[in-house]
Amino acid sequence: MPARVQFREDRCKGCLLCVQACPSGIILQSSRFNQLGYKIAEIPHERMQECKGCAFCALMCPDYAITVFKIEEDA
Amino acid sequence: MQEIPVTRYPEVLIDRPTHYCPGCQHGIAHRLVAEALTDLGVVERTIAVSSIGCSVFLYNYLNLDTVEAPHGRAPAVATGVKRARPEAIVFTYQGDGDLASIGMAEIIHCANRGERVTVIFVNNTVYGMTGGQMAPTTLLGQKTTTCPGGRCLEREGAPIRMAEIIASLGGTAYCARVAVNTVKNVMRAKKAIRNAFQYQLDGKGFSFVEVLATCPTNWRLSPTAANERVATEMIPYFPLGTFQDCAATEEV
Repeated sequence: MPARVQFREDRCKGCLLCVQACPSGIILQSSRFNQLGYKIAEIPHERMQECKGCAFCALMCPDYAITVFKIEEDA
Repeated sequence: MQEIPVTRYPEVLIDRPTHYCPGCQHGIAHRLVAEALTDLGVVERTIAVSSIGCSVFLYNYLNLDTVEAPHGRAPAVATGVKRARPEAIVFTYQGDGDLASIGMAEIIHCANRGERVTVIFVNNTVYGMTGGQMAPTTLLGQKTTTCPGGRCLEREGAPIRMAEIIASLGGTAYCARVAVNTVKNVMRAKKAIRNAFQYQLDGKGFSFVEVLATCPTNWRLSPTAANERVATEMIPYFPLGTFQDCAATEEV
């Protein structure tokens, strides 16, 4: 798993601009609602390994709800 | 195994939920301004002048000293701030109802005098906060609450292209129009905003960046459809690019 995307669910407003920006097309709208009443964006656990860590989603997020981590294996 | 964060939000951006509607691109514009100020290392001596409109709450999201100006008068207030504190980096953050309508006189004269301030102009083609009334930048045929049949050329005139007007004035050192609808455009916008602050830092003159943004609520579109409208309708009428760059002119 080269990268991991963390969504701050309490900040997400469900605008889905991240879905539009994701080149791998792995971000989807969840069926769950957050406390604000928005259907949040999420990456299904089984598709997280397709994430390349480009952070385009974080660049387009107007609510600073996305943090992207690169995962490095220790030598 | 260790995780290294790829995304770093600048410290000047306050960690607080924004009041903006879902998909509103003010958030992206705020972040670009914060990143530019952080990159140039001028956060401690920056004074922001916020305007009236949705952008009025700039002081809630950026940890900067801020002056709140009356409607449209932000460039005039910024002039005063800059002349009183010449060492400060002064910028205004205005919407299109504020800057292109009621504040037209202030922005034109501020640019013409070549005040060493930066203006970030967020153009979303409507008055956002007050409920989506027609603004001077509303596109022809666009329906708003005050032009329910669509803006008509004979009745309301053509949308004003602010970046071109500002570029034609004598005191303007840097003038560009950018969009934040795609990743590529966001990267360009970041560069343009950084340039604008750099020109102020170098004392070259007035700098102006127009940012094309969406207002999904008042356009009656979903955030993703609104984002597509920027590319299909706004950019053809409001072309992107740099309209004035004094450094480029000097080289020629």
